[in-house]
Amino acid sequence: MADERARLAGRRGALEARSRIVRAARAWFEQEGFLEVETPARVRAPGQEIHLDAIASGSGSGPDGDARWLVTSPEYHMKRLLGAGFERIAQIGKAWRAGEVGPHHQPEFLIAEWYRAGAPLTAIADDCEALVHVAARAAGATNAALDLSGPFERTTVGEVVKLHAGVTLVGDESVDALAGKARAAGIDVTGRATWDDVFFQIWLDRVEPQLGRGRPTFVFDWPAPLGALARRKTDDPRLVERFELYANGLELANAFGELTDADEQRARFLDESATRGRLGKTVYALDERLLAALPHMRPTSGVALGMDRLIMLVLGAADIRDVVAFADDEV
Amino acid sequence: MYDTSDIRKGLKIMLDGSPYTVVEFQFVKPGKGAAFTRTKMKNLLSGGVIERNLRSGDKLEPANVETKTMQYLYKEAESYVFMDTTTYDQVSIVEATIGDSRDFMPENINVEVLFFNDRAVGVSLPNFIEQAIVSTEPGFKGDTSTGATKPAKISTGAQVNVPLFINVGDVVKIDTRTGDYLERLSRA
Repeated sequence: MADERARLAGRRGALEARSRIVRAARAWFEQEGFLEVETPARVRAPGQEIHLDAIASGSGSGPDGDARWLVTSPEYHMKRLLGAGFERIAQIGKAWRAGEVGPHHQPEFLIAEWYRAGAPLTAIADDCEALVHVAARAAGATNAALDLSGPFERTTVGEVVKLHAGVTLVGDESVDALAGKARAAGIDVTGRATWDDVFFQIWLDRVEPQLGRGRPTFVFDWPAPLGALARRKTDDPRLVERFELYANGLELANAFGELTDADEQRARFLDESATRGRLGKTVYALDERLLAALPHMRPTSGVALGMDRLIMLVLGAADIRDVVAFADDEV
Repeated sequence: MYDTSDIRKGLKIMLDGSPYTVVEFQFVKPGKGAAFTRTKMKNLLSGGVIERNLRSGDKLEPANVETKTMQYLYKEAESYVFMDTTTYDQVSIVEATIGDSRDFMPENINVEVLFFNDRAVGVSLPNFIEQAIVSTEPGFKGDTSTGATKPAKISTGAQVNVPLFINVGDVVKIDTRTGDYLERLSRA
């Protein structure tokens, strides 16, 4: 107990800064005309993404007693609101992802998620840039290793993979072709059997460590196999409307120009469900209400931003534990 | 076989035919990608450190390595003879394997001997040793604050730079990693 008292006392400064940052973020959303919404934490369909695992949360109250899961992000329900005509919605709330523990990961974390109907993806990048400035101001103490003096860098996956790994990425090459290019660049891709596993070996070995050094960097134009819920680019369907924001080694945010084609979304969900089944992972229910809402959405851009990581960034914290009161093994 | 969930500091595994030990590791998960473990691993034969990003589920072959505490007894031709302090078994290790460790390995010292596939492949010394000076210029009591030093020899023949006030027979503490004199423990 004495240890815990000392530990919590040691985190007081970070927790006070955290409180100021979260309040400032909420105030910024309000000032930008966003409606703050609260969507359920316990859902039927936590998301089909192959590499996200949800935490079970009992069963629903209806007669069918269907299984409920803690959300891995509030995306599906927020899109159902967008389908009903809500145009600018934001939420700062908890999300849960099983098995994710590390200096940048906790199974329970604070996510900021917002959408702008009718806006291009660049508007969301502008939002992220503004929010980083808001957080830095609210933090008070400045992180000397973070340079916010100029505009954030905006680049593309193709450019950074070429620059840092020496690999020319097309986006629709076969897994064998991509593995061949990786090997030619001296990257060991032994045992990497899928397109995205080869890509992420290249990414982690050569590219990601170089991103967002000094000033934050937006990386746009992701290859279609990493599209998830993003729409294809009209001028190059091998790429999707997606960016990730990196700063000082932290992956801060992931944004999509949202896919509103329900048929394509259903096909991608079914593909992901099949992969999950093949890998022996839990296959979650398809969110039919989301699929029904998609065709009613205007072209929309949206983003999820890790608030814990934003707080780490502006405080210069090395471990997510330093910015939460209780980590998962401290509850 | 190990998999990535077994990774921790000090885990000994085989990579490309050589034994490695994990010196650092970190869970990472690129957006929309599989979980990986970033690792830094040290080659137990060469000492070289490499980085490897292992995908969750990758299998790792355990390295057949063990360390034993052994006492260095004496040098015999081109070999050094050690005795296992628990079984009293003796092994000879060739000079090339001992390498620079010989400089700070006086007789009767306990060292950690690393075995790979039951063959001795390296020794590691304690970080500090205490040794008597066997030869140096006579000491003199002068200004001890200038940091001026002179060469001195210990029983292994290794040369250490010591302060001017040190005499033959003084026992000094030496950092075996740097070869630096640290302090005088007793006077002759």
